[in-house]
Amino acid sequence: MTVRVQAEPFDAGAELNAFAQGRTDIGAVVSFTGVVRDTKGDLQEMLIEHYPGMTESAIAKIAQEATTRWALTDVLVIHRYGPLKPGAPIMMVATASAHRAASFEAADFLMDYLKSRAPFWKKEVTAQGAAWVDAKDADEDALKRW
Amino acid sequence: MNVVYFAWVRERIGLPQETVKTDAATVNDLIAELSEREERYAAAFADISALRVALDQELSDFDAPLDGVREVAFFPPMTGG
Repeated sequence: MTVRVQAEPFDAGAELNAFAQGRTDIGAVVSFTGVVRDTKGDLQEMLIEHYPGMTESAIAKIAQEATTRWALTDVLVIHRYGPLKPGAPIMMVATASAHRAASFEAADFLMDYLKSRAPFWKKEVTAQGAAWVDAKDADEDALKRW
Repeated sequence: MNVVYFAWVRERIGLPQETVKTDAATVNDLIAELSEREERYAAAFADISALRVALDQELSDFDAPLDGVREVAFFPPMTGG
């Protein structure tokens, strides 16, 4: 299990290759990459704030929970903080298992929990000013299916 | 006790963290105490339903006891991912 919280950019393709490389015990790798989206065409920057210390332990706990629920061979979570430009990767999740169902479900579970249980906050900066992104009720509701 | 703030809570209070001397028994008591101090706290804590609290870096409840707690964090619902 690897959890990284970093300001630096990452190469999702290279991370994914390294994650699966040389392993003969896995039959499926599922990955998700979150990208800074410019919804209205005026986004200058996305500022990501986090709670150093709690962030790492909260993600580790979520990843640990995933490994107890599904037969996973490995889990990777990378999440960035700081100022990010539109199009930049914010985070990625990868799960490896013997069969695809576990990998898909665990990645979905990880994403739902990372969205509303890992201490990150997003602020959108546009020419009109800066505004914190509100959490959505749907994100909280998404946890109920697990 | 160390009290830390994130996102708009930090901006509204104007501090990332501070040391607070308090005998507050619960998180709710601490909020009441801070809100009485100054308007900026009252403004930040006006709507508790828009806030979350973590005690020693674990998500917790507003009626949780503060006995033995070293760090209290207040922030809006998380928006990771």
